[in-house]
Amino acid sequence: MLLIHCPYCAEDRPEVEFTYGGEAHIARPLDPSTLTDVEWEGYLYLRKNTRGDHAERWRHMHGCARYFNAVRNTVTDRIEVTYKAGEARPPEHVAGDAA
Amino acid sequence: MSGYRLSTGGRIDRSQPLGFTFDGANYQGFAGDTLASALVASGVTLFGRSFKYHRPRGLLGTGVEEPNALVTVDRGPGRITPNLRAPQVALHEGLVTKSQNRWPSLKFDVVSINDRLGALFPAGFYNKTFMWPRSAWEKLYEPVIRHLAGLGESPTTRDPDHYDATYAHCEVLVVGAGMAGIEAALAAAQSGGRVILIDEQDEVGGGALSDPAQWSALETLKAQLAAAGNITVLTRTTAFGYFHQNFVGAAQRLTDHLAPARAHGPREKLWRIRAGEVVLAQGAIERPLVFNGNDVPGVMLASGARTLALRYGVAVGRSAVVMAAHDSGWHDALALAGVGVPITAIVDIRTDVPGELVEAVRAAGIAVHLGCAITAVAGRHAVKGVTFASGGIGPAQTIACDAVLMAGGWTPSVHLWSHAKGSLVWNEAWGAYLPGRAVENCRAVGAGAGDWSFGSGVITSVLPSAVPVRSQKAFVDYQNDVKARDIHLAVQEGMRSIEHIKRYTTNGMATDQGKTSNLNGLQIASSALGRPVTEIGLTTFRPPYTPQTFGALMGHHKDALFQPVRKSVIDDWATARGAVFENVANWRRARYFPTGGEDMDAAVARECAAVRQSVGMFDASTLGKIEVVGPDAAEFLNRMYTNPWKALQPGRCRYGLLLREDGFIVDDGVSARLADDRFHLTTTTGGAARVLGMMEDYLQTEWSDLNVWLTSTTEQWAVIAVQGPRARDVIAPLVEGIDLGAEAFPHMAIREGTIAGVPTRLFRVSFTGELGFEINVPASEGRKVWEAIYAAGQPCAITPYGTETMHVLRAEKGFIIVGQDTDGTMTPYDMGLDWAVGKKKPDFVGKRSLARPEMSREGRKQFIGLLTENPQDLLEEGAQVVTDPNAPIPVPMIGHVTSSYHSATLGRSIALAVIADGRARIGQTIYVPMPGKVIRAQVTAPMFYDAEGSRLNG
Repeated sequence: MLLIHCPYCAEDRPEVEFTYGGEAHIARPLDPSTLTDVEWEGYLYLRKNTRGDHAERWRHMHGCARYFNAVRNTVTDRIEVTYKAGEARPPEHVAGDAA
Repeated sequence: MSGYRLSTGGRIDRSQPLGFTFDGANYQGFAGDTLASALVASGVTLFGRSFKYHRPRGLLGTGVEEPNALVTVDRGPGRITPNLRAPQVALHEGLVTKSQNRWPSLKFDVVSINDRLGALFPAGFYNKTFMWPRSAWEKLYEPVIRHLAGLGESPTTRDPDHYDATYAHCEVLVVGAGMAGIEAALAAAQSGGRVILIDEQDEVGGGALSDPAQWSALETLKAQLAAAGNITVLTRTTAFGYFHQNFVGAAQRLTDHLAPARAHGPREKLWRIRAGEVVLAQGAIERPLVFNGNDVPGVMLASGARTLALRYGVAVGRSAVVMAAHDSGWHDALALAGVGVPITAIVDIRTDVPGELVEAVRAAGIAVHLGCAITAVAGRHAVKGVTFASGGIGPAQTIACDAVLMAGGWTPSVHLWSHAKGSLVWNEAWGAYLPGRAVENCRAVGAGAGDWSFGSGVITSVLPSAVPVRSQKAFVDYQNDVKARDIHLAVQEGMRSIEHIKRYTTNGMATDQGKTSNLNGLQIASSALGRPVTEIGLTTFRPPYTPQTFGALMGHHKDALFQPVRKSVIDDWATARGAVFENVANWRRARYFPTGGEDMDAAVARECAAVRQSVGMFDASTLGKIEVVGPDAAEFLNRMYTNPWKALQPGRCRYGLLLREDGFIVDDGVSARLADDRFHLTTTTGGAARVLGMMEDYLQTEWSDLNVWLTSTTEQWAVIAVQGPRARDVIAPLVEGIDLGAEAFPHMAIREGTIAGVPTRLFRVSFTGELGFEINVPASEGRKVWEAIYAAGQPCAITPYGTETMHVLRAEKGFIIVGQDTDGTMTPYDMGLDWAVGKKKPDFVGKRSLARPEMSREGRKQFIGLLTENPQDLLEEGAQVVTDPNAPIPVPMIGHVTSSYHSATLGRSIALAVIADGRARIGQTIYVPMPGKVIRAQVTAPMFYDAEGSRLNG
């Protein structure tokens, strides 16, 4: 079971307190009506499925209930860093194939 | 092998005899024995039958690696545990055990014919031999094979034991309490932190327990462990899995070693341990040698024979031959001879053995045959002798003996290290993988890390022989009956990776997970492929290290504690009234209230009639409720729901429809505007948490500029639905501060006041089609208000009704239940709910998806009603609908029945369904094929009662 650092509570808490929320940094288009069907399909369904560092959303469901972001390595399953919703992905944890 | 008890020695207590049974026969051992040591001491050689060929098998080792001697322990009704390793079953008075996988008896097993038919069961035989005809696979081959091959039988009755569980935290966790582990724990304790030391055996000491020379040192260390004060020692505890961030699962066996009369309390305890640092001191397991006849009972590991003699005071036989490829076999031979176990000869594949060992062994009167290999073993149920030859191919020589002790070198136990994703490095000298780089904060020490000096050896695959491998009964994996020839065959048939070879041959599978076979299998594959071991790969070790009971993993999470049962404040009242309950999304809900011996149909018919003709009351407390508060509350709901909310006046209600972003219906419910900045939302019973989570997601991550607060209030309100033409008459005397008049308080309105003196949010809404109210009161007052309404309703014969009646009444009106009439692929238009979609709104969740061509194409399923031609025919929910029941199979299916009930109001059955282009088919006849008959039904609008809605406005 992972220990996850909630950036709002500023504590390491066990994984059972959290729920997973899918890939991070996918903003809902401000005006969906201006998107083509193909663009809308991309927003709805197409995800990166990264091998390596992957930015993703978690929610501290049984804690503060806030959504936040984490960079998790999908090969080692290790969470490298967590940060608050709305913050940019830390540049030292860039996306890419795991070495 | 004809074992016997030595007159002295060992850690057993000869003053405490213990009686036990094996396959119904009575035996005696001593306190401190295991089942295996006591049986060998009693002269037993035959412990079980092998998995596939039903070959007679004896004891191979004395520890966790044992693949052959698997037994079933019977501790009484429901307490039957199969597949336990005999050397790890502690003896107690009255222990009842039996062998496995034999019929009718262990000595005479008719299925051992499989052994003679071995050609039928080569590697991959499942995929080859029994492929044709296909129909015979399910009916004939598989059941027969399943019956004939296998391990112990699963228990069939409920396990009456209970199991405990705990969390633990420590600075240092040490797994394995051999000398290295004990020393690591003592060193770690110096720093003052919490230390946990785990060992799977009955006492600490590990390998030192088989070496009397170390016993006094061990006692000193045990005293230090006890004195340290910050070391928790857990024996009979198996660390079975090593997970992320030093999280280790361990199962502690609390009572299995005790006679049933003394076994009180939980049987096992699951420890979930989070450690700052983990020290793995798991030790090493001796490797068998692969030669013709290496599975005849009496052929065992030299280290096992040593443990039997020095720890348990048991001689394995009266004349043993050692087959060695490693110095440790010579040390074991000397140790055994030293306590009076007769060793006849040592055969060693090596020509170069340290001179002092050869001299010492010869001085002990043991014959030495260097550069030789055993090529055959005489005997079927027990070893009678061996044939060996120089280099395996020289002139054959024979020795009469009753035991063969194999010393093939050592395999460090790296299982937990691998669970934690530590790297493994091939060590040529050990002929084994050793721990390399750690990923977690973890170290390996002792023999498990290659830190061990018990001489050296050579790495072998199959011992040399003049007989080709394909003609040898040379076993690699005893438990799965994998022979060296099976691995050769797998390579010959194109397998290149060890992962493929493993799956094709089953080498390394089953309960022992290759503890004795993995490395031998790898060596054989390597030599067959002519490539180094490191290029073939290593199969991945995964938890559990040893099989664990379901009981320990489940702990207290069973029966009432399996899932929490949520009860409304009316539950006790309903129970006292004899209600029949059903579970809905963890809630326990009254399904119907039978009186006078009614069945469900009779009760529901009576309850429905009461609501339609007079008045009924229903506990709707389980509805999900969310309080939405803030200056942007209306804007937020406008974006979430399909409906427009901004123009809704305070005091009014609206039916809200919620889509996912993909445009499909996910929830619905009636919500009320209490003030400009305050809404009382309701959701489906099962959808409450999901809807709140979805709303929080949008609010926190997409529209964080909106000033809105969401609070779950599901448990705060008790909700009493009073429905029927007399509903107003019943509540009127109880209500204060609200004008209940039809014009002052119209349908789909909310008012605040009191009822029975309790503050209420009173909704005028209806899920029945009748005049109705849903009375929200603080949950703490719910029971009181419920009883006040029930009392006030007596003149109108007010009738409590349950979820079944609620379902029938709403179906008569065609009101949908999300999740029953919809399935996650239905749009508002599909369900005839496009009136609830605010088409002028610029955006709402799901709006863009509704504009996709797919969402409005012809042929989509639409929500309609069905009336069977025979009014007494009741359709089955989920039944498929067709247009031509005589069409050739497969008959095209156009949809399915989603809801179906007998309607007492209408005196006939009614059904709701979703079928392709349903609204265009209204008036047509469709067919529902059922076993033995085809039911004809007419497509109707999904509305069976009071289509104009006049009853609502009474």
